[in-house]
Amino acid sequence: MRSRADSGSSTEASGPTPGEPSRAAPDRHQAFELGGRIWGSRLIVGSGGFRSLDAMERAVAASGAEIVTVALRRVDPAADGSALEVIDRLGVFALPNTAGCYTARDAVRTAQLAREAFETDWIKLEVIGDDRTLFPDAVELVDAAVRLVEDGFTVLPYTNDDPILARRLEEAGCAAVMPLGSPIGSGMGIRNPYNIQIIVEGAAVPVILDAGIGTASDAARAMELGCDGVLLSSSVARAKDPERMALAMRGAVDAGYAARRAGRIPRKLHAEASTPDEGLPELG
Amino acid sequence: MIVALNGRHAELPDGATVADAVREAGADGESRGVAVAVDGEVVRRMEWAETKLKSEQTVEVVRAVQGG
Repeated sequence: MRSRADSGSSTEASGPTPGEPSRAAPDRHQAFELGGRIWGSRLIVGSGGFRSLDAMERAVAASGAEIVTVALRRVDPAADGSALEVIDRLGVFALPNTAGCYTARDAVRTAQLAREAFETDWIKLEVIGDDRTLFPDAVELVDAAVRLVEDGFTVLPYTNDDPILARRLEEAGCAAVMPLGSPIGSGMGIRNPYNIQIIVEGAAVPVILDAGIGTASDAARAMELGCDGVLLSSSVARAKDPERMALAMRGAVDAGYAARRAGRIPRKLHAEASTPDEGLPELG
Repeated sequence: MIVALNGRHAELPDGATVADAVREAGADGESRGVAVAVDGEVVRRMEWAETKLKSEQTVEVVRAVQGG
């Protein structure tokens, strides 16, 4: 088994930033490479679903994320405030997505619009099959990925938890693969951890668990399975206290990553005493 | 001249450009995070002022919103 988790050779992880809780000391090896850039946080958050821009701002700050996804929609003159202003103020990277696209053609056009709007060739590629499951349409997804890579995009595809599809996306030149844990917004966690494990084993690009996270233990689990990062949105945005949940997710990603690097003990059916029997006094 | 601007009919003067449509849509033409497609094709920001629209074209003016 490869050990991508140990490849974090960067020492660029800086000390805690002001306002960061001192107990959440980041793992020094936590930095990772994605799309040719070094990132200090393995947590990517979505900006959608928050009750207000203010709630989003506080949660993103608490999460420590450096990458925040945004969507493109028709200009609404009545809209109050701008998501991009908040993201710029936080100093994080706005990663546009193609949410709402059902065909490769629409996704490619949306990506091109995003490139124009955000002056970035990074795109979180989503091509959805239907609105009940929001599962990716594998055929359209690969088609879109091929076309966008050809067009010079750094493509981060939201994909099914299918190891073969993940391989196809990697072969197409995607900068990462982002398998779902369970349906978007479902909070069902990781329904098929074995497939995630197989995807991790086979991938030479970063694997980012995208969608389905419900609570902190799901995020930790993803990292323990060997994922390089976690992308989540609803679990924070729709929590009772988004800011606090963002902090929990940050801790969970750090903890799961540290546990993966530390190497867990094997599961056994029977007990194995941690206290030696030797030197046990005779008391009767 | 009538164009379909963000899903509704908009009356623009003959010879109107993409930049005019952006203003009509309610977007500040200078602000980062705005992009335009005419009949599905992206029009680069630097070309907004020179690109004339034709009647019955479909213009989409989009900007960043919150999204996962």
